[in-house]
Amino acid sequence: MAAIELRGLTKVYPGGVRALDALDLVIPDGEFFALLGPSGCGKTTLLRTIAGLETATGGAVVIGDRDVTGVQPGARDVAMVFQDYALFPHMDVTDNIAYPLRIKKVSKNDRRDKAAEVGARLGLEHLMDRRPGQLSGGQQQRVALARVMATQAQAFLFDEPLSNLDARLRLEARTFLKKLQRELGVTTVFVTHDQAEALAMADRMAVMESGHIRQIGTPAEVFQRPANTFVAGFIGSTPMNLLDGVVRGDTLEVAGCKVAVPAAAEGRLSDGGKIVYGVRPEYMTYSAEPADGALGGKVSIVENLGASHLVTLDVNDVNVQAVVPEGSEPAVGDDGYALPRRDRALVYLDGELV
Amino acid sequence: MTRFVLGRIGFYTLIAVLLAFFTVPLLWLVTAPFTSDPTYEVRVPDFTWDNFAALLEHPYALPSLWNSVVLSAGTAVLVVIFAALAAYALSRVRLPGRDALLYALLLLSSIITGTAAMVPLFQLAVELNLIDSQFGLILILTGGLLPAAIFMLKDFMDSTPKSYEESARVFGASPLQIVRDVVVPLVRPGLATIAVWAVANVWGNFLMPYLLLSDVEKQPAAVITYTLYTEGGQANLSMLSTFGLLYSIPVVLMYLFVSKKYGFRFHGGIKR
Repeated sequence: MAAIELRGLTKVYPGGVRALDALDLVIPDGEFFALLGPSGCGKTTLLRTIAGLETATGGAVVIGDRDVTGVQPGARDVAMVFQDYALFPHMDVTDNIAYPLRIKKVSKNDRRDKAAEVGARLGLEHLMDRRPGQLSGGQQQRVALARVMATQAQAFLFDEPLSNLDARLRLEARTFLKKLQRELGVTTVFVTHDQAEALAMADRMAVMESGHIRQIGTPAEVFQRPANTFVAGFIGSTPMNLLDGVVRGDTLEVAGCKVAVPAAAEGRLSDGGKIVYGVRPEYMTYSAEPADGALGGKVSIVENLGASHLVTLDVNDVNVQAVVPEGSEPAVGDDGYALPRRDRALVYLDGELV
Repeated sequence: MTRFVLGRIGFYTLIAVLLAFFTVPLLWLVTAPFTSDPTYEVRVPDFTWDNFAALLEHPYALPSLWNSVVLSAGTAVLVVIFAALAAYALSRVRLPGRDALLYALLLLSSIITGTAAMVPLFQLAVELNLIDSQFGLILILTGGLLPAAIFMLKDFMDSTPKSYEESARVFGASPLQIVRDVVVPLVRPGLATIAVWAVANVWGNFLMPYLLLSDVEKQPAAVITYTLYTEGGQANLSMLSTFGLLYSIPVVLMYLFVSKKYGFRFHGGIKR
């Protein structure tokens, strides 16, 4: 087990595409770390560069105390689960799990014993003689995990580990993966484009955009205080309200309404400055009665989220969304008022959090 | 209704005529060897083994079948090995002008074993002391088949996901281990197809062995067939039919075996 450290890591593809731009990142030993971002942001390139499948153009990858920047993938002592699991279709489950050991020239009996042991741990005992083609998606994923566990590598790398599973199975697998990582305690980096997955599983996460890391933090930090408007818009099942506004003394003018300056930004804004006011729909209190500091308008859309509703208000031609608990949802066309929670509202100046 | 029935009858009659066109020669091939004095007609055989006995006495007939096996198997092995390695490299390494290279090879390959290259090839073989040598002939036949084989195999290689190899790489497998443990098993149907195709090609090839092998003891069956005359200079139909039957059986058996074991496919490897 080992920490992973990236120093000024840069990857430029032939043709000039800068996939990674001088990234610095430290992932401590034993951490479950998520790389999150939209497609094309460089997260998979970063993972593959850590694995050694891509050669860094500049900077260094350090695993444990060893600089492995120029080292072949097989000598880095990391193990990787691919998006399609990459189980060899011509080998049965035992041989698949034992393949890394076969490369390390472990004797056939020891290999089989180890494969059986790891397989049993992941509940694969009755499937050991099957070929990958005869397994369900969830079972294939567990075989891929077992194969990685059998390597006893210093660090695990997962490329979109859940994206090939059915939606329902995905939730189960999420819990399972998190539990497994906790038990094994092996430093694990995983790539995902699904913010809910990253929030749910990771100890810490990095949000990436076009080759840059835009924020590093725990899921709670990233969810509650996104460092910039990109992260704010990307994180959260319902997108954050990001509204243009102007500072007016000790209040803000947003969408034609007056709202209070958020607690965190108090005393740090200059009068008349243009800002972006951010508040999550979940952190809005909705009411049918006017309230001081609330954004008022007409209800234009009500979306059912199950136990709650997402209400979209038309506030002077600006859409503002609020989550309303079930039972008290308004009808389309009603007048409504959404009051932001002062301790959860955020102010962005030039795209960065104040 | 009547029009429909008449149409059907006409259709099936046409099919029957077409089928007969292809079946009659085959019927001749299986009946003539068992007939005492075969002509060009298809007749009910009198089930004699005399023709086979006569063929056994022919000094070069059976050895020539063995020569055919040596030539075609040797060529198939070389073609599969070299085509697999070349196709893998061409499929995985990005080279400028790679596709142009492949098409140029494919185009030129028809020249290598074609009539246009006969004289230079003959001269080359003489200079290299490979004339009248089965090994030399195998090399030349391999050269002729390789471009098309590489072309077909590259398609198989292209359709195998890279993640299998990358996965093996991260586990520390060397390039040769990857080829042996992962790539070859994945493209096995492709390799089988190439092998069968190479065998069938060499098995039926007359011109190259006829030109490059002068020693009758080294000549394959295709060339020996050409020598089966009676003393009067007429085609020896009893020998020809018997030899023809023996000559075709191994190829048919091979097709059945490989088709059963791997199934023939001319496109890539993995169902996703």
